[in-house]
Amino acid sequence: MDSSYITPFINSAQNVFSMMLGVTVQVEAPVLKSQDDPSYDVTGIIGMSGDMEGSVICSFETSTSERIVGVFTGTEMTVDHEDFADAIGELVNMISGGAKAQFKGKMVSISCPSVVIGNKHTVRGGKDQVTIMVPCKCDLGEFALEISIRQSCLQAKPEGADTSAA
Amino acid sequence: MKILLVDDSKTMRNIQKGILSQLGYTDLEEACDGLDALSKVGAYGPDLLLVDWNMPNMDGLTFVKQYRAKGGKSPIIMVTTESEKARVVEAIKAGVNNYVVKPFTPDSLADRIKETLAKVPAA
Repeated sequence: MDSSYITPFINSAQNVFSMMLGVTVQVEAPVLKSQDDPSYDVTGIIGMSGDMEGSVICSFETSTSERIVGVFTGTEMTVDHEDFADAIGELVNMISGGAKAQFKGKMVSISCPSVVIGNKHTVRGGKDQVTIMVPCKCDLGEFALEISIRQSCLQAKPEGADTSAA
Repeated sequence: MKILLVDDSKTMRNIQKGILSQLGYTDLEEACDGLDALSKVGAYGPDLLLVDWNMPNMDGLTFVKQYRAKGGKSPIIMVTTESEKARVVEAIKAGVNNYVVKPFTPDSLADRIKETLAKVPAA
């Protein structure tokens, strides 16, 4: 995966956490994530389509996610609160939206967010899709960005290739 | 001042409600998508609308077009993660009066609201 696909998500996460939560995000070196490696306990997922396709997830330990949602909403709530997933989804939506805008010259759409809650669950990307995991930490705890995107198949075709339907 | 908040995220509507309350606006109505908003604008008669773009059932841009097509004249602020210039232009052409990109600070949203209302001609 092109490293230029990773930087927008890091920049956007740092911007969102700074503006909405008032904390600084520090990132460690990105690593290749195996399909079977578990994510943390609470995961927000956004699909991307258009000139870029794939997904980005933001995954948190339970305690970290509860602290983050508390600051974000101004209300203390645990993972089983009815509004908890909505808050995580909105946070991931902002990160993805901010990253999307940095893919200059590309038309990209993002999906409405999905949120998965469950101890050490596994999120698998598409077949042959590489996932890069970026470990992050801030004063509220540790979390990870997992980016699994690529140029769309149509975009990647050589110039002049026939992309029309049969 | 009646303000309609249109966003599929309850969290975001609550954040906006908090900011608006601090500005002294307390007559607020909520809608969870464009369809819900269309069903409420007639009876509620908002003086200002804050509208998200990406929502299920009916997105914010479609809502704005239909609201304007039905003669809705109240100012609309689009509050969205969509920040590309082409999107902003598309929204303005559809009838949006002002634009706020998420994430935002309370001050930036407050400034946009004041700016938008200041441009509304007195009745």
